[in-house]
Amino acid sequence: MAKVKARVKVPKKVAKGEIFEVKSLISHKMESGQRKHKKTGEKIPRQIINKFVCTYNGKAVFSSDWHGAVSANPYLSFHVKAVDSGSLDLAWTDDSGAVYKKTTKITVT
Amino acid sequence: MRNLYIAALGVAAMTVTSIGTVFAAEDYGKYQVEDRRSGYTYAAKETQAIQDDNFENPAMLWVDDGSVLWEQAEGEVGKACASCHEDAADSMKMTGAEYPKHNPKLGKMQNLEQRINQCRTENMKAKPFKYESAEMLGMTTFVRHQSNGQAMSVKVDGEVAPFFKKGEAFYNQRRGQLDMSCKNCHGDNSGNMARANMLSEGQSNGFPTYRLKWQKPGSIHRRFRGCNKNIRAKPFGYGSEEYVNLELYVAWRGRGLPVETPAVRN
Repeated sequence: MAKVKARVKVPKKVAKGEIFEVKSLISHKMESGQRKHKKTGEKIPRQIINKFVCTYNGKAVFSSDWHGAVSANPYLSFHVKAVDSGSLDLAWTDDSGAVYKKTTKITVT
Repeated sequence: MRNLYIAALGVAAMTVTSIGTVFAAEDYGKYQVEDRRSGYTYAAKETQAIQDDNFENPAMLWVDDGSVLWEQAEGEVGKACASCHEDAADSMKMTGAEYPKHNPKLGKMQNLEQRINQCRTENMKAKPFKYESAEMLGMTTFVRHQSNGQAMSVKVDGEVAPFFKKGEAFYNQRRGQLDMSCKNCHGDNSGNMARANMLSEGQSNGFPTYRLKWQKPGSIHRRFRGCNKNIRAKPFGYGSEEYVNLELYVAWRGRGLPVETPAVRN
């Protein structure tokens, strides 16, 4: 799959102060850099997601650096405390410098 | 003395219960029909959890792709799948459970991949998808996902019978340098270990399956080829008649099991 697609899932509504789960999935090859091209024998350069950041209304609430040995199409879930209604912006950065973004709305009651 | 007597009774009672648990067959629920068990029951708990959660299941990305392709008009006729088949949830509800089917025009069996390509070349006048391409996997995963939960029910009598016999013969035929048949592992030794791997019954109800080893979904023919290579036999081609007949026989072996597409396996 050449085109990278991301999916995010959060609860429809959460009460203020409640801790909710954010689930995310992104389609990415996560080329390890260990493989060789079958015909030419040349090394295929590493191309993995190396950084993930989640911002909640402009404030970074979760971030992580990724290294080797993460599977292709990585799934990530984490917990965030509900403060205000607004948007959650998820961003994955890979070795080529490309940033894949996905935004989702959250309603806090 | 009396205390001793009670203690002895207690031991006896404990022994009885422990024997009870040893012999009680595990309940696999919908994943078991008579003596047939889905590959799901052989998978690790963590792998099962990935399959159970439709969001976590990475193969759902391919299902999404397939649903886009379903609506997308292609070819000279300018039709999409949806132009004729409309809502896949209705029109494809039983498809996944009933393929491969006999095609009287071709005079042989046809699996889902071949049926999709026939539709593309004849009705849409579009280019056929390549086997194992992202498009083909997206489409087959999407179509078969619509049949999720339906009981596998391929037709094996009438004009299908000779092909079924061929598939059965292939299944039981020893081949390759290791001189092994499909049956040697999946019929006689399911539940036993082959090195570090638990051998399953080799059921096809979850295909196209997302294999963690492949890091993407793959068709049953890819799995057949992998199995054939493992026993050092020369694999047949994707969509070859031998494999389509085998696919039919394997689907019949899993009759009654629910379609699980897209399943997740190790």
